[in-house]
Amino acid sequence: MSNKFQTYLSTTTHAAPLAVFRFLFGLLMSISIIRFWYNGWIEKLYLLPDFHFKYFGFSWIKVPPDIWCYVLFIICGLAAFLFAIGFKYKIAILIFFISFTYIELMDKTTYLNHYYFVSVISFILIFLPANKYFSIDAFKNPSLAIQYIPKWNVDALKIMLIIVYVYAGLAKLNYDWMVNAMPLAIWLPSKVDTPFIGSLMSQKWMPHFFSWGGAIYDLTIPFFLLFKKTRVFAFVAVLFFHLTTSILFPIGMFPYIMIAATMIFFSAKFHNQILEKIASIFKIGKTHFDNGVHLIHTQNRKSQIAFKILAVVLIFQVLLPLRSFAYPGNIYWTEQGYRFSWRVMLMEKTGYANFKIVDQKTGKRFYVQNEDFLTQFQQKQMSTQADFIIEYAHYLGNHFTSQGHQNVGVYVESYASLNGRKSQLYINPEIDLMTLKNNFNHRYYILPLNE
Amino acid sequence: MKLTKLNFFLGVLLVGLFVTSCNDKDDDPTTSVDNFNRSEMLSFWADDIIIPAYESFDGTLDNFVEAKDAFANDQSIDHLENLKATWLISYKSWQNVAMFDIGKAEEINFLYSMNIFPADVDLIEENISNGDYNLTLPSNMDAQGFPAIEYLLFGMDDSIVPLDLLSEPNRIAYISDLVDRMKSLNSEVLNDWKTNFRNTFVENNGSSATASTDKMINDFLFHFEKHFRAGKIGIPAGVFSGSELSSLAEAPYSGKSKELFFASFDAIQNFFTGLSFDKSTTGLSLQQYLSNIAQTNESQDISIAILQQWESATTSAQHLMDNFKDQVEQDNSKMLNTYDEIQKSVVLLKVDMMQALNIQVDYVDADGD
Repeated sequence: MSNKFQTYLSTTTHAAPLAVFRFLFGLLMSISIIRFWYNGWIEKLYLLPDFHFKYFGFSWIKVPPDIWCYVLFIICGLAAFLFAIGFKYKIAILIFFISFTYIELMDKTTYLNHYYFVSVISFILIFLPANKYFSIDAFKNPSLAIQYIPKWNVDALKIMLIIVYVYAGLAKLNYDWMVNAMPLAIWLPSKVDTPFIGSLMSQKWMPHFFSWGGAIYDLTIPFFLLFKKTRVFAFVAVLFFHLTTSILFPIGMFPYIMIAATMIFFSAKFHNQILEKIASIFKIGKTHFDNGVHLIHTQNRKSQIAFKILAVVLIFQVLLPLRSFAYPGNIYWTEQGYRFSWRVMLMEKTGYANFKIVDQKTGKRFYVQNEDFLTQFQQKQMSTQADFIIEYAHYLGNHFTSQGHQNVGVYVESYASLNGRKSQLYINPEIDLMTLKNNFNHRYYILPLNE
Repeated sequence: MKLTKLNFFLGVLLVGLFVTSCNDKDDDPTTSVDNFNRSEMLSFWADDIIIPAYESFDGTLDNFVEAKDAFANDQSIDHLENLKATWLISYKSWQNVAMFDIGKAEEINFLYSMNIFPADVDLIEENISNGDYNLTLPSNMDAQGFPAIEYLLFGMDDSIVPLDLLSEPNRIAYISDLVDRMKSLNSEVLNDWKTNFRNTFVENNGSSATASTDKMINDFLFHFEKHFRAGKIGIPAGVFSGSELSSLAEAPYSGKSKELFFASFDAIQNFFTGLSFDKSTTGLSLQQYLSNIAQTNESQDISIAILQQWESATTSAQHLMDNFKDQVEQDNSKMLNTYDEIQKSVVLLKVDMMQALNIQVDYVDADGD
């Protein structure tokens, strides 16, 4: 390993930025969990549906029954709060990562990039010494406290954020987004009744302004944040961008999580100011933690192991979004390699799927009323995503077979509309879906998108 | 105080949060620029379609109540014929309000007390012979409303219900209770629209899943798919079962299925095109909304395709027999044909229209599908 790199690994930096990151991220996570409960989503999204859509390879993940589902959320929310204040940090963050990720795996209908972001960040945090400074752990056991941590600890989080923004930006560089200003040209005009800015939203140039602005923002913001001179300007842009999206779109906590996360780019001085404020509110002596101790990477086995693990994680994060190049066709139409790639707010897709149960011997047939099996939200998600359609078809096939129907074949007449195009057939209606399986192969049964 | 970076940051954040939280209360209802105004559409719906439809229905129910009172006093053939006639007029008028399952109507399950078919004949007879029933119980939903009264007045087979049977005090009392309940439920819904709900409805002019426009369109599509397409045509034609279920047709005993079908279809189309209930004016409507968006985006106007498809469905349905029960039993292919024509419009409504209007199906966090 080169000398320069060795020197980098040994470089330390103040622990304040990581402590603030831990605190804000944990706090926002516990608020997210409370908000999720408060909105009635635990019941609506997990307990009410009879059927849940599973991620490939995770069909063994089950929704805990009734009260236990709430217990799971309580554990998750409590773990978030505990790691926020840095109490039993290692266990708390581990439990948070596991419980949060478990919740996300229970039903892929609710998949959101920002839930995935939370899982990735909390996984990274498991391996970072985020509780060595300004935490209950370090307060109770001063011998644990460390004022200066390896610089790469903070850089790992910065790199993750750069990956998120750059991929989100690259994904926007497509014809629909840049030339047609889709889907914003669909979304913005319906916001006419938004106070103050409503009348702006129906201006013809607005979708293009937002589209180009969004693409430029995503592609450049992490770099403006990196440099001291442009940082304040960049952060104002962060606030403007994310708060605007939170006004206009139903994206929940995501804007606030991103605002908090991008603060990691600020200097240790800035973070120390924040901690001093918090310390004075809660009457804790911040100097208590200022013990001058450095964590020297090269002399610390744990730090070295953590570095190797996180290097693999970050390389994986760079590679994973590229998998979409392995598939032919329009990615927004087929959604092959779509998820886990920071494709945020990129398309408006609406669909309708009408399933036909056929007795393959007699030819007798009937149609399914989806509302007998799925919630409205599940129907919406199912009708535009091929892997959902296949999974649901198998469920229907098995259901009607167990009801005594024979030689069951399941066919779908499905239509979808992408970014304002006229609706068109989505899945090949001639194929018995019971003969298809979800896997990573190219989904040849998705009909090509007619432009 | 020195403006530190932190103070600056907190300041900007506070301003941001203030602007964001202001967004929660809709305090700026009338921004009328040259764009589509949801508030205006909502007040047109409420004032010129929904409330007049409920009022008109209420009037028919008054006549219905009068007719059953007259019959209770004197069981003459004339009074019975009048009772049957007012039943049909009310039933047709009901089709104008059935799609507005919102507000009080949704809260009290109005729809489920008015028109659940087929009526549970055994339960009705049990109630009558017991003389002791609670019509507010969910278990009694299929023993009341228009289908239950139809069974009592018209009987299950082709022969006329003997006047003697209809004159039994228990039977008269049951009919009377059913009609009174329909009247009182509708008064409750109408009254709520007139006193509170009209303003709540119009002021909730946002674009989230809980906003009036989104909710109304979701309800409209649900009605179209579930009660109109499936309830009136698809289910009796066996589309969802594989075998014909003629007894599940609407109004099979009186044979008025077709009349009710067209009353419902007219109401649906008038709502879509924004024809006021008294047919004197047109206002902002889904059709105009779609045309407007098509114009702004220079895209295809879907509303034209939807109306054309409905014309095909109308033509197909005109060939059906008055009683859909008979139609299913004698030539179900015609029912299936009508179903197919309606089904084609469902795709346009649920896919193209929903996308063009950016209607949210449900309040759940999203990051763009």
